[in-house]
Amino acid sequence: MTVGIVMLVHTSLDRAAQVARHWTASGCPVVIHVDKAVPRKTYQAFRAAIEKDRLIRFSKRHRCEWGTWGIVAASQSASEMMLASFEQVRHVYLASGSCLPLRPVQELIDYLAARPQTDFIESATTADVPWTVGGLDEERFTLRFPFSWKKRRALFDRWVNIQRKIGYRRRIPAGLTPHMGSQWWCLTRQTLSAILEDPDRPRHDKYFRRVWIPDESYYQTLARLYSRKIESRSLTLSKFDYQGKPHIFYDDHLQLLRRSDCFVARKIWPGANRLYHAFLTDERGAMKKAEPNPGKIDRIFAKAVERRTRGRPGLYMQSRLPRQGWENGITAYPYSMFQGFDELFEDFGGWLNRITGTRVHGHLFSPERAQFSGDYTVMNGALSDSAKLRDYDPEGFLTNLIWNTRGERQCFQFGPMDHQGVNWLVARDPNAQVSVITGAWAVPLFKSNRNFGEIRKEAARLQRVESEHLGILRSTWAKANIRIWSMADFVDSPMEPLQTIIEETGTLRQRRLAEVPRMVDLDGFGQFLQNLKNQGMHPYLMGDFPVESGPERKPKPPRRPYVVR
Amino acid sequence: MRLRRRRRLIRAVRKSFELKTVQNHTANIRPGDVLLVSTMRNEKVRLPYFLSYYRDLGVGHFLFVDNDSDDGTLDYLAGQEDISVWSTGASYKRSAFGVDWVNWLNRRYAHGHWTLVVDPDEFFVYPFCDTRPIPALTDWLDNSGLRSFSAMLIDVYPKGRLDQQVYLPGQNPLEIASWFDPGNYTIKKNDIYGNLWIQGGPRARMFFADRPAKAPAMNKIPLVKWDRRFAYISSTHALLPRGLNSVYEEWGGEKASGALLHAKFLNTFAAKAQEELERGQHYSGSVEYKAYAAAMETHPDLWCKWSEKYINWRQLEILGLMSKGNWA
Repeated sequence: MTVGIVMLVHTSLDRAAQVARHWTASGCPVVIHVDKAVPRKTYQAFRAAIEKDRLIRFSKRHRCEWGTWGIVAASQSASEMMLASFEQVRHVYLASGSCLPLRPVQELIDYLAARPQTDFIESATTADVPWTVGGLDEERFTLRFPFSWKKRRALFDRWVNIQRKIGYRRRIPAGLTPHMGSQWWCLTRQTLSAILEDPDRPRHDKYFRRVWIPDESYYQTLARLYSRKIESRSLTLSKFDYQGKPHIFYDDHLQLLRRSDCFVARKIWPGANRLYHAFLTDERGAMKKAEPNPGKIDRIFAKAVERRTRGRPGLYMQSRLPRQGWENGITAYPYSMFQGFDELFEDFGGWLNRITGTRVHGHLFSPERAQFSGDYTVMNGALSDSAKLRDYDPEGFLTNLIWNTRGERQCFQFGPMDHQGVNWLVARDPNAQVSVITGAWAVPLFKSNRNFGEIRKEAARLQRVESEHLGILRSTWAKANIRIWSMADFVDSPMEPLQTIIEETGTLRQRRLAEVPRMVDLDGFGQFLQNLKNQGMHPYLMGDFPVESGPERKPKPPRRPYVVR
Repeated sequence: MRLRRRRRLIRAVRKSFELKTVQNHTANIRPGDVLLVSTMRNEKVRLPYFLSYYRDLGVGHFLFVDNDSDDGTLDYLAGQEDISVWSTGASYKRSAFGVDWVNWLNRRYAHGHWTLVVDPDEFFVYPFCDTRPIPALTDWLDNSGLRSFSAMLIDVYPKGRLDQQVYLPGQNPLEIASWFDPGNYTIKKNDIYGNLWIQGGPRARMFFADRPAKAPAMNKIPLVKWDRRFAYISSTHALLPRGLNSVYEEWGGEKASGALLHAKFLNTFAAKAQEELERGQHYSGSVEYKAYAAAMETHPDLWCKWSEKYINWRQLEILGLMSKGNWA
């Protein structure tokens, strides 16, 4: 007793011949079906090359277009020939020309001999499996498909829609429950002959001739009628990508395939010399070298599909430029934007860095240059500090920086004096932690030694810019983790918010803040604001400061004289 | 768009009269061969390694346009069975920087072939290029129903002054120019042709920091299953019909892509820049070469602390400069 191989071939005939000889060398008969689309001359040459082998037969040729009946017809004729010509065959194994046996053929023979009644065919009802492509599962069996999916896609889709709309349904023949599964099966002589010799076969064939992709459902459905014992899995290792196309194996998959523990794999790239050499010539070394680890292949291909359909979060590159809303992560890693802290505290950056150990930049979007941490002129990824380069594409600048430093949290200072090009991106980004002390931009103005007219103008501008930014942060599209305090509130009790912000970054070294940043001297700030008001410019973002002195300062340092104009 | 494409093709036919056949071995092209098309001028020193690099990757036939070389390029190429050469003394600028010639050769010889259009200083890397030849990639692209493949330029440069190490014929230029900028590229979408417009790298960082919009484009689509109706628009940055330019995913995923390692910055660069500047045959008034010539006088070091040393394609894929897509 042995296993017979039915081989469907349409390209790379030399590889098919090589594999066929490999099967027959171990005493397995092979019946080959060559697609009618193969030119006669090529076919004749192929046939002449291997016909001498007593165990090889050629079956009647059909035209096999993907998704149509031809493939089933081909396997039917070839199977009939197999059953008729080779008495000793107990199991018939359906394979393609690009299948490659991974384990010694004798192991397969022994394996099947130990399970003489078992049919290996993946077969599941349409309701239970999610693998269909193009949304056609049950409808494969109930609609009609007169147009080629590959060549006349638009017509195909339109015809499907029309049928859906008018509620057309074909009747499924009595007694059949549609099942689907991998088209590569291994059936016993009993089951296969029962399917092929069934008096109802003309009725079945007539029905399946019009089913969509019948090679994935014909045997899968009918085997359920006759089989005594179905093992619903394919012995052929075959992985599909997100479009339902089979993944192809190459030379660099050699180790993976050795550890896959499968009998046959498809599809193999015809140029994979190393694979063919390793598995077809070196019987003993073919499989046993390493511990079987079939899950690894799954993981690799699952990852490939994931990369193709979702991609790496926060990556923008030549072959991935997601539209807004489709980014699956606007940036690659969490980061923090601090607005107003730098103005309110002395050496806030240094303190933050000591407390959290994160990378703390200055004003990345300052009009002069990107103030990278450590005063570098170039940052990770060879990102330049040039303001012009940055402002050419500020969003790209930020996403690049976060991508280049992924794994390390970035913190940077921001304010209304900076370039505002990233406001929307940051607001929409769940990776962003945005903390704003509104109105703190007034502190540097307060400390500056400029003419009051200039200060007034600048204050008006900054206030306008910041309030626009606040509008964005408070919009419904904002997905960032946003906290906004008015300066007056923050100055009133600065510790609690600081503790919360720092804790949230998950980078705090101690439980409580041991060291507190030093707030700048705000004496006279209230008066400064009042002066602005007196000049007709109403600073409202900082909240209420009493004119007399900065709140919270108990032992008042000696007051400096103001210049009140 | 159809009109623009037609005009391109007509131009290509017109400009084809400028090409003089030097050696035509195109009869050796077999069906299914991957072709390589290149325009060059005085690149003899680079050719030995260039040819062996691409022969190893499985390129079946080379089609070269020689633009008036006087360094013996033609003698070197003579007699090689897998190389066909045309020569011309006509203006590079007025042939749309060689695009017309390339379009013509593609139209005439590349119909139905996967065709790689690269310069002699560009080295194509793609996912698995260390274990799978280009035909494996093109078979996969065919299988996936794709007609074009993106590979952005990545400028590679040496550490230190460019003239410190001398490049010798046959040498792998990446031995000298082995550093690149890993993460400072900006992307914009060109709404006219649907292609991306990528800028960045050391040239933008060093030579164009004060006028970034003028920095050279780094996006390229060098590998196309050519059809005689196709036409390159501007270098290999964009093609028509526009569908060929959609090599990027807009709905979240990553498509497969490669890279062209651009080994322009060798010791030969200063002389080349000077020569090109004098000829004035380059893009937008040779603005690029003007910038180089000005900068070269001070012998700048393109290398910086965050330059990355090139190892292999996997490194580029991890850095996010290229992607395996769903090829596994």
